[in-house]
Amino acid sequence: MYKAKVNVTLRPSILDPKGKAAHHALQNLGLKEVQQVRIGKFIELDVDAKDEAAAKEIVESACTQLLANEVMEDFEITIES
Amino acid sequence: MATFGVLVFPGSNCDHDAYHALKHVMNSDVKFLWHKDTDLSGIDFLIVPGGFSYGDYLRSGAIARFSPVMQEVVKFAEKGGPVMGICNGFQILLEAGLIPGAMMHNEKLKFVCKNVYIRTESTDSIFTSGLEKGQVLDIPVSHGEGNYFIEEDGLKSLQDNDQILFRYCDAQGELTKEANFNGSVDHIAGICNKGRNVLGMMPHPERAMEKLLGSEDGKPIFESILNSLSVA
Repeated sequence: MYKAKVNVTLRPSILDPKGKAAHHALQNLGLKEVQQVRIGKFIELDVDAKDEAAAKEIVESACTQLLANEVMEDFEITIES
Repeated sequence: MATFGVLVFPGSNCDHDAYHALKHVMNSDVKFLWHKDTDLSGIDFLIVPGGFSYGDYLRSGAIARFSPVMQEVVKFAEKGGPVMGICNGFQILLEAGLIPGAMMHNEKLKFVCKNVYIRTESTDSIFTSGLEKGQVLDIPVSHGEGNYFIEEDGLKSLQDNDQILFRYCDAQGELTKEANFNGSVDHIAGICNKGRNVLGMMPHPERAMEKLLGSEDGKPIFESILNSLSVA
């Protein structure tokens, strides 16, 4: 069994209104050093596959078909055994 | 007489508005189609209604797209069958790839529920053939994720192919910044596919059918549809 960790993030060219709102709140908290906030999604999957490469392939397919919308999002996969 | 099919997903909440508009205002035949239905025989026109299908989990429309009925909707649309997605229905059609682009959270993050003005940009479609180019309609919106996004190349293709049917405007039909309340690219409120048989729009024409309820500007859209169906 492999554990896959997926980060789904808005593509850099895309405005992130939630990130902007959080950034604004952090400024109000006095954390002026924070220059930018981008908010994404973190997804964990347990995958039954014969090896790491096979697990990655399955998770990639899950990402492109459902977990991320590539019109506006990028994804990054980490596989752990 | 043409028969309309209105899809019903767990979480749809404008299915009955669409049914009422077609059945009781337009005097048409309408059938509900459950998300597990796979038989679209006898249906001439499909409506993917507004709401929060599958709780908007993951992204609006992302889960609904994989429901059994949507596989048939895609086949229906690919054969040239007319499909109209309203609000969440628009989001579902985008996720299904029937029309290009994606929906983001409204620029100001607020759920916006109010009447807005939209301008008719093209009358070259079965949905808008009875409207005048430039005609301003008073139609309600009700969404949190209606900030339409598409990359520059995609936008150019929409413009070049006359696929933008409605844009947000003010009462005079001007494309002011304030009128584009959700931040959509190029003020886009509604677009069709290249084949011009699939429409997605965020505003709710099915909720603007009776003067008593504020506006009947949604009616000419359904009249256009009925006219083109009776000619076909």
